[in-house]
Amino acid sequence: MYSRAYKTAVAVPPLVWIAVFLVAPYAFLFCYSFWTVSQQAILHHWNLGNYRQLLENSMYPMVLLRSMRIAGSVTALSLLLSFPLAYYLSFHSKRKELLYQLVIIPLWVSYLVRAYAWKTILGSDGVLNTLLQYVHLTNHPLDFLLYSPFAVVLTLTHIYTPFTILPIYASLEHIPRNLVEASHDLGATPAQTFWKVIFPLSIPGVVAGATFAFVLSLGDFLAPLLLGGPSGIMISNIVVSLFGAAYNWPLGAAISLVMLVIVVSLLFMSERLEKRWSFS
Amino acid sequence: MISSAQPAAESSTAETGGTEPLLSLRSIAKRFGSTTVLRDVSLDVAAGELLTILGESGSGKTTLLRLIAGFERPDGGEIYMGGERLDPLPPHRRRVNTVFQNYALFPHLSVFENVAYGLRVRKVTRPEIPKRVEQALALVKMTEFAARAPAQLSGGQQQRIALARALINQPKLLLLDEPLSALDANLRRQMQQELKSLQREVGISFVFVTHDQEEAMALSDRIALLRSGQLEQVAVPREIYNNPATAYTARFIGQTNLLRGRIENGLAQCGTLQWRSKVPDGPATFSIRPENIRLCDPAAAADSVRFRAVILNQTFGGPTDLLEVSCPDGRVLLVRVASRGNLAGECDFEFNAGDAIHVKD
Repeated sequence: MYSRAYKTAVAVPPLVWIAVFLVAPYAFLFCYSFWTVSQQAILHHWNLGNYRQLLENSMYPMVLLRSMRIAGSVTALSLLLSFPLAYYLSFHSKRKELLYQLVIIPLWVSYLVRAYAWKTILGSDGVLNTLLQYVHLTNHPLDFLLYSPFAVVLTLTHIYTPFTILPIYASLEHIPRNLVEASHDLGATPAQTFWKVIFPLSIPGVVAGATFAFVLSLGDFLAPLLLGGPSGIMISNIVVSLFGAAYNWPLGAAISLVMLVIVVSLLFMSERLEKRWSFS
Repeated sequence: MISSAQPAAESSTAETGGTEPLLSLRSIAKRFGSTTVLRDVSLDVAAGELLTILGESGSGKTTLLRLIAGFERPDGGEIYMGGERLDPLPPHRRRVNTVFQNYALFPHLSVFENVAYGLRVRKVTRPEIPKRVEQALALVKMTEFAARAPAQLSGGQQQRIALARALINQPKLLLLDEPLSALDANLRRQMQQELKSLQREVGISFVFVTHDQEEAMALSDRIALLRSGQLEQVAVPREIYNNPATAYTARFIGQTNLLRGRIENGLAQCGTLQWRSKVPDGPATFSIRPENIRLCDPAAAADSVRFRAVILNQTFGGPTDLLEVSCPDGRVLLVRVASRGNLAGECDFEFNAGDAIHVKD
């Protein structure tokens, strides 16, 4: 059908794009992770020292684990918030369009603005503390609200919940309504219909949403920086400092690669799960 | 076709008028926004009957079915089942099951689990389930497919599973929403026969929605013809075909010729055609089926109406040919004759006055 020249012309731009923006950076990262740094100079001595350091220095596994815990909490909270909303939107709302837009709107607002907003709300003389003191629930500002893993989880949940709502909503919209009617018709109560038909068929959306929330939170850097404090440091903050002030690119590259492997395996698993539960 | 012997089923349903009907619709009305979909529909379904709701798309037939199933609530009127009010009940509390147009099998469940669904949600005891699923699958000859996923089945097979899934609940009434419309012609005819014998076997009342008048005639004990949300005529197939009450019915069910004319002094006059009629004087419309008009027989009956017409067109239809003929007054009529090679030019035709059925316009 198409000439050889045409096929080549079509293939070149994406291939160049992939080479420049994906293959090359990861190849560099890969190489760096096996090099060493000595007296502010990067030495091209191939060795496994960086990876050994990651295992031996307990701080790295600890921060990685904390990052996963925070990402896990964000995922769980996002799902808890978004499923009921997506379900209501898809099955019971008479004003779908409007509510859908309301969900989308925060995505147009800069991430930074939303993170700073939480800082204003959670700070020691912030909105929340002022309110709590005003209604005499407490007589001194609660200082665990800001600069804690709690603040990070709260902020990330707020920021990433739309990312879980959208795929769940999409998967609920894809459920043929006559399946719901068939279930009622066969004698199932609304609750039985939900658990036996609607929920199982929404699993691809739930998995996709969970993956979004988890992966985006796991690698997040701004929320812990702005709201996390020392106890809320996450793995990306460490990578950033290794590439910056600490000037240890090889170690930073090694951590990045470990993260990459984790994320890629997660994406792979979530894809398999989604496939397992898709039927159209 | 001309035989007057009627199958037992047809006459038996005609007699059920005296006993309590299984399902009774009384003055049902349904509106969606400002559109009236159903208006004053009253209809009874007898126990063990196969009733077809026939109508064009948009006539409200599917809405009527959905009202019986409980997916919609009527805006007026009541529905009774076995003497008890049905319309306030939610679908899951009605002893009514539905076979959906595109089957609506649960894609995430196996054939076995699809069929078992009704038993599981009704908390039928565990040991009983496999036995009853097996029976239901045997009923539709699908036993060996229990472990399959619905997506691995053909349209006809999915159809059978949908039937088994509905029948396992032992409903008092089975609703079928154009269940055969997605099947090809041969399979469709086969499934019509199977459905009919299945219905006799289980003895459950079927309410069958279709837009296909041939299917309705082949399948039904009675046909309810719906037109723009109102019942046009409810009768056994033979009656509705031979004695259509209205011009619409006559045209919708089978082919027909509608003759518009006047009755004067007991004489029906439609253009150049005239015959004796018992219909009161005034304007009148008659329906004559194409197969009731024939080429002139020299030794014709005394009451036959004769006319000369030019053959415009001849369509071969296997055992019969359909002719399009033009009368001297310009009227074009359809005539069905036994196939006998090509006809052309002017011919003499006739029909019996008794076959001109007076219909309401």
